[in-house]
Amino acid sequence: MGSMSYAALDGATVKQLAAEESEDKMAAIQKLAQVADPAAVKVLKALNEDALYVSGGRVLIVYDEKTTDAATGELLASLPEDAEGISINNRIRATLANALAGLRLFDANSQVRLVAARELQTNVDPLMAPLLLRALAKESDQKIKSLLELAHAQAVLGDGDPMVRLAAVKTLGEGSDPSIRSLLIPLTQAASEPNADVRAQAEVSLRAINSRLQVGNLVSQIFTGLSLGSILLLAALGLAITYGVMGVINMAHGELLMVGAYTTYGMQSIFRSHFPDWIDWYMVAAIPVAFFVAAIVGMIMERTVIRWLYGRALETLLATWGLSLILIQAARALFGAQNVEVSNPTWMSGGFELMSNVQLPFNRVVIIGFSLFVLALVWVLMNKTRLGMFVRAVTQNRTMAGCVGVPTARIDTLAFGLGAGIAGLGGVALSQISNVGPDMGQGYIVDSFMVVVLGGVGQLAGAVWAALGLGVATKFLEGWAGAVIAKILVLVFIIIFIQKRPQGLFALKGRFVDN
Amino acid sequence: MIDTKRTPFITRFLSATGRRGWVALGLFALLTLVLMPLLHLALPADNPFHVSGYVITLTGKILCYAIVAVAMDLIWGYTGILSLGHGVFFALGGYAFGMYLMRQIGRDGSYKSDLPDFMVFLDWKELPWYWSGSDSMLWTIVLVLVVPALLAFIFGFFAFRSRIKGVYFSIITQAMTYAFMLLFFRNETGFGGNNGFTDFKRILGYGITTPEMRVTLFALSAFTLMAVLVLGRYLVTSKFGRVLTAIRDAETRVMFIGYNPLGYKLFIWTLSAMLCAIAGALYVPQVGIINPSEMSPANSIEIAIWVAVGGRGTLIGPVFGAFIVNLAKSYFTVAFPEYWLFFLGALFVGVTLWLPSGVVGLWRTMMEKRLEKRGAR
Repeated sequence: MGSMSYAALDGATVKQLAAEESEDKMAAIQKLAQVADPAAVKVLKALNEDALYVSGGRVLIVYDEKTTDAATGELLASLPEDAEGISINNRIRATLANALAGLRLFDANSQVRLVAARELQTNVDPLMAPLLLRALAKESDQKIKSLLELAHAQAVLGDGDPMVRLAAVKTLGEGSDPSIRSLLIPLTQAASEPNADVRAQAEVSLRAINSRLQVGNLVSQIFTGLSLGSILLLAALGLAITYGVMGVINMAHGELLMVGAYTTYGMQSIFRSHFPDWIDWYMVAAIPVAFFVAAIVGMIMERTVIRWLYGRALETLLATWGLSLILIQAARALFGAQNVEVSNPTWMSGGFELMSNVQLPFNRVVIIGFSLFVLALVWVLMNKTRLGMFVRAVTQNRTMAGCVGVPTARIDTLAFGLGAGIAGLGGVALSQISNVGPDMGQGYIVDSFMVVVLGGVGQLAGAVWAALGLGVATKFLEGWAGAVIAKILVLVFIIIFIQKRPQGLFALKGRFVDN
Repeated sequence: MIDTKRTPFITRFLSATGRRGWVALGLFALLTLVLMPLLHLALPADNPFHVSGYVITLTGKILCYAIVAVAMDLIWGYTGILSLGHGVFFALGGYAFGMYLMRQIGRDGSYKSDLPDFMVFLDWKELPWYWSGSDSMLWTIVLVLVVPALLAFIFGFFAFRSRIKGVYFSIITQAMTYAFMLLFFRNETGFGGNNGFTDFKRILGYGITTPEMRVTLFALSAFTLMAVLVLGRYLVTSKFGRVLTAIRDAETRVMFIGYNPLGYKLFIWTLSAMLCAIAGALYVPQVGIINPSEMSPANSIEIAIWVAVGGRGTLIGPVFGAFIVNLAKSYFTVAFPEYWLFFLGALFVGVTLWLPSGVVGLWRTMMEKRLEKRGAR
């Protein structure tokens, strides 16, 4: 940089940066932005980082004891005594950010240009229009080009020539940013827009944007619903197994999710200190560990408490609630009452752009995939292994299963371990999208039990439909009526649903009066 | 057996509580209605026999909890229906009475407005419709009795009609209280949101913090508890109570004999909710605050442990249970706050594993053993 020529910068414009009035400063920023060469970039950057000083009519850039004249690039021996920092307010900061983004449009790296073009989608200054045109002429990437066209259209929306406005309004109809709508609305009104053609085109563009936004909303609601549903599924699968086999509700099930999440946190710490090169894969390693840790905790619970309460479902409920309190307090004692930080591996951060206004975050996509994987695993275990056969047998008729030689007591322990392990897997998934803290499991017991109630006991298909349906329905209701009302509506719906189908969506056929 | 045809109802009602019961109630009344109030009001604070305001308030609070515990026992201990949502009825009773208390503040709030402070804060210009009449004590009492009962009736009707029972019912009641908690957390619901109601000034024009008012509320709670116990005794010894116990032990068989459990369950469920609401209404002026956390699922499930510790299926057990657990809680949360949850958790596990009939059951077994020993000698 140092060897570059500084001749291109106009001294007066640079001096104007130190002006009293914000308007003057902003005009100077715009002028420098139009210059679009490395020296101007350097000055604007310095201004943005509060490294620009003024002393006796000279504007100076000061970085780590090194002082250079902004206009000429001359190196100074030291910072003069009377040098004062040039301060900028938020309005200027916004202009500056836009100008810098505009300058980055000429970067050699297309990734940098793309980010800059994205930044320029809102609050585009009309003064940027020529700069954008120049960038457009040079640009070869189609995606960046369309973004730039949108930005340019916003910049010339206030142009005096109706034909220019008409073209701009037409271009904006291709966009899908909600903020464009508020720009277009004044153009549909006769008071602010004299030309009838432009008004008509603005109406058309507005409609196009609205319909695109609606489709986008719909898609993202379905997606977040599926994401919530997949978490519910992970939480409910384990519960469905233990409830199916033993007819007891494990109120500590949510705390087993917490155990899984803390195990993930522990694996992350181990990888950080011992295998920093493999840190991105700590989550993969956490999956089996979380499964076994949660399964062991679950089996200990079953052996020490739940087994002794067999046949007393309500007491089991209270005892497992007690266990959940102990687990929560234990987590507080071990890891502190505050949430711990579990970070996404780099391959899970970022997102995938399905439509211009619909971003699918990778972590949620991965979790949907993960829950499908767990579902497949459970399906294989339940339907293709001997253990699964025994579990199904005990679920259907415990006495009969015992009579034909199924070791029911051992199946209870193993099934409980399996259910707890799946909760542990749910905890791994949850650690990636929500806070990990001692209380994190508390909210899940009611929701996952609702899934079990809706889906019916002992049926994987029921759990899947119920979890995904509940997830999507909740998200739609939330969008329509707010989170609290949505929760209440779902509850009311379930109570009404049980009136019609007391055994859930997919009931096991049998001839029982009591269970 | 008393001939139910000829003896008047009031005799039957009162004679359900046996002689020993009346003696115990008499002693209890002497303690709570005469002795403690007198020792609080008449003796100066430095007298060793002076009962402090703290003790009166704490005991009064636990007396309210004891009423809830007895109400819970009627539905769980005698009918076998475990509700994990009784906190909602308690809190609704409290909120209904809290509305009256908020109106009694008048213009003494920090905004000097006719509206409660939180409404001024939300920039509301007038009271919502459901607040109308809340300045009348009579209407407030009607609200306390009717609103929770109505909720219980509607909820219970749908739940019992489709024969939801066991853990299904428990979890759904828990979901209900959770939903209500969320609802009351919202500012728009009109009950003070997060902070609920507090800073009460007076009841019927009398200052709420005066020792006389404290003692009055305390005595009222004690009296209500005694009345609930007498009513409970009558209910569980009547034919109606027998059917309840039968439903608990074998609901299907009760149906086969020709009874429809719906009416029985619905009645006791609604009554239980009403008793909780009364307890809540007595509780709020004594502790001086009501907020949505009273509806948290954890609070409701704690009620079950009071009953379990004391002894299910006995009327006196829940009273003991409420006192034991809450005194332990007051002690632990001050002395070892970090161990309270461990203790409470262990209590849940320990009582269900080893003390299925609570301390009253333990006492009874010990007495029987002593009798056996005496008989053997």
